[in-house]
Amino acid sequence: MTSPQMVDRHPLDDLIRADRMPHIWCPGCGIGIAMRCYAQGILDSGMEIDRHVVVSGIGCSGRVAGYMNIDSYHTTHGRAIPFATGIKLAKPELMVTVFSGDGDLAAIGGNHLIHAARRNIDIKVICINNFNFGMTGGQFGPTSPKGSLASTAPYGNPEMPFNLPYLLAAAGANYVSRWTTLHARQLKEAVLDAFRKPGFTFIEVLAPCPVGYGKSNNINDGLEEMELYRTRCQLVQDGDVRDEDLVIDMREDKPIFIGKFVDRDRPPYQPVQVQSE
Amino acid sequence: MKVFDRKPLNIDKVHIPRGNVYLIVDRCKGCELCIHFCPQQVLEVSGGMNAKGYHYPAIAPGKENACVNCEFCTLICSEFAIFTLPVNGAANDG
Amino acid sequence: MTDKRVLTGRHFMNGDEACAEGAIAAGCHFFGGYPITPSTEVAEHLARRLPEVEGVFVQMEDELASMAAILGASAAGARAMTATSGPGLSLMMENIGLGMMLEIPSVIIDVQRGSPSTGLPTMPGQSDVMQARWGSHGDYGSVAYSPWSPQEMFDLTIHCFNVADRYRLPVLLLSDEVIGHMVERVVIPPPEQGSRWQRKHPLTPPGEPFEPFRATDPGLVPPMVHAGEGYKIHYTGLTHDERGYPDMNASTHHKLVTRLVNKVRVNRDQLVLVENYDTQDADILVISFGCTARSARQAVREARQAGIRAGLLRLVSLWPFPEQQVQALSAQAKTVIVAEMNLGQVSLEVQRVTGRPVKGVFHAGGAMIPPAPILEAIRESA
Repeated sequence: MTSPQMVDRHPLDDLIRADRMPHIWCPGCGIGIAMRCYAQGILDSGMEIDRHVVVSGIGCSGRVAGYMNIDSYHTTHGRAIPFATGIKLAKPELMVTVFSGDGDLAAIGGNHLIHAARRNIDIKVICINNFNFGMTGGQFGPTSPKGSLASTAPYGNPEMPFNLPYLLAAAGANYVSRWTTLHARQLKEAVLDAFRKPGFTFIEVLAPCPVGYGKSNNINDGLEEMELYRTRCQLVQDGDVRDEDLVIDMREDKPIFIGKFVDRDRPPYQPVQVQSE
Repeated sequence: MKVFDRKPLNIDKVHIPRGNVYLIVDRCKGCELCIHFCPQQVLEVSGGMNAKGYHYPAIAPGKENACVNCEFCTLICSEFAIFTLPVNGAANDG
Repeated sequence: MTDKRVLTGRHFMNGDEACAEGAIAAGCHFFGGYPITPSTEVAEHLARRLPEVEGVFVQMEDELASMAAILGASAAGARAMTATSGPGLSLMMENIGLGMMLEIPSVIIDVQRGSPSTGLPTMPGQSDVMQARWGSHGDYGSVAYSPWSPQEMFDLTIHCFNVADRYRLPVLLLSDEVIGHMVERVVIPPPEQGSRWQRKHPLTPPGEPFEPFRATDPGLVPPMVHAGEGYKIHYTGLTHDERGYPDMNASTHHKLVTRLVNKVRVNRDQLVLVENYDTQDADILVISFGCTARSARQAVREARQAGIRAGLLRLVSLWPFPEQQVQALSAQAKTVIVAEMNLGQVSLEVQRVTGRPVKGVFHAGGAMIPPAPILEAIRESA
């Protein structure tokens, strides 16, 4: 048995805060994969790196801001989107990405999510959906499948989760897609699509959370959840977001639909300007 | 004419890419995604352990030249630990 | 755009409008707010004026978004402001804490009304004093000013922007419904007459080693880096070290929080503002602020006419609390009276600072305290 060549530098180390590696996420967690796709997207975008800003909220996904070697803001729970709105409107030449989790964006941050989509503010949102509040120990959240177990749902989650693509499409987002951390190639392309699309873009990324979600729900580790994505995900081309099948159900007989759901060109938000006399 | 006798016209020009696998040992958390998803099954769990006690991947016996630089392990590694680079002179075609 | 920004001249305008004009004159580029009586006119006026000066006005979906948005705009380099009243200030508290922790300059106008809860939306109150000091969780230093006229709404709004930029923190303007809605003369000076305090910039260029949260002078204010300047800084609400990286342990936390508190303490002489009326030989000292100070001024005037040596110390800065001035004047007075439209918030501070009992003329809010009860209290003590 031979070894891979042992090195101490990764090709992306200029774009991440390598002095803070290894990061805090659990073995098998998908957040690092999504961060990697985002970092690669930044490089491939061809834009000056100093134009990129990342804003995050609270939660495991929110820690991404601390690991990206660009201007980064780790703000309060649920408020990354309005903070990012302020940055973008004050300095429109910046490319502002919000990188956060399902709990931060859809629970406490839900109101800001739909209003930013309604206004079609030119910010890029990457939402890691690992079906629970991971950082605080695996409580259920607005994207947890009905019936799933969680620390605050010991008898099974009584609530239906959001169909996030539907929500964002209805609110007015220009671009909505859903991928998983297994579909890393498509995810990176989606990040590039988002950079190129003016207006509000939303990428939902399904990610394993072995400690917070998997452990309570018969998914032994990150690898098993990735396998689950591999076998159950079905690609939708030009699908209808209203389809209730888009609501994620982790039971064995139900597919998980992924793909690009919304890609339109509504004009992005412009602050009011008056003609000078 | 048997179908399988036909060869692609450009077979002499096509190179199957080859890659070298690199690893930053102390970043690995033993999640085994790279091992499981490598289409060439190049990797296996090693007996070695890093500073945090995780078993990092090793090259499986006989697979030293099997890597085709598909970069999937690079894409799928959450830890920015494992990556591949093309072997000199065997760069990805087109 | 200078002629459009600074409407030099004599005007007759209400306090909220004067505040908006002060913001424009100060160079405010971004307003993110949510309507709430009695501050709505600030937003309405800025909705009309900001586009005229190529600024950005956004009506956000709630006060939480408003505070977050102004922090973001300021982080990108703009002078940013919001305006609200008591209930909205409560909603903004968490992000005010974020502004304190990230040390992002911002201005919050609080036109106080009858409180708590929904209270009296169209009537005055002065009961956000302690909320302005301690509203967000944790220890931090606060700066808050209290205007008593539309002219001061104009002047102090500009001062708030200057203080926010120089000391890198959210600054509050604690007005009230009376001052916000009253119409008085406001003189707007020409732009050359004002001074604009700048944010401290780093001396090292981007790319060289730089610690964005290391205070390099005794004022304890680190230089400010904005988004897009190429420094690749990390701002986090978690306890952080001088590099800005999360460093969650007791000793870093104590060091950081102590600096945030001391940042206001060590600079208090530049931050404290008071006005004295007949205090030099006063043996009955009245302390008041905002609209109530107008009645107190009248009461002191009448007391003097009746031969009583009363004086008024008007607090213009509520925080940092003018301890020195209160202490010095109380020492020479035999009675200290605090008149405020709340049930004793500033009075608590006066008692703390002087170490002696204080006579209170209090009202929970809803209407201005007229001069009569204050004069009555003065007479009783004479």
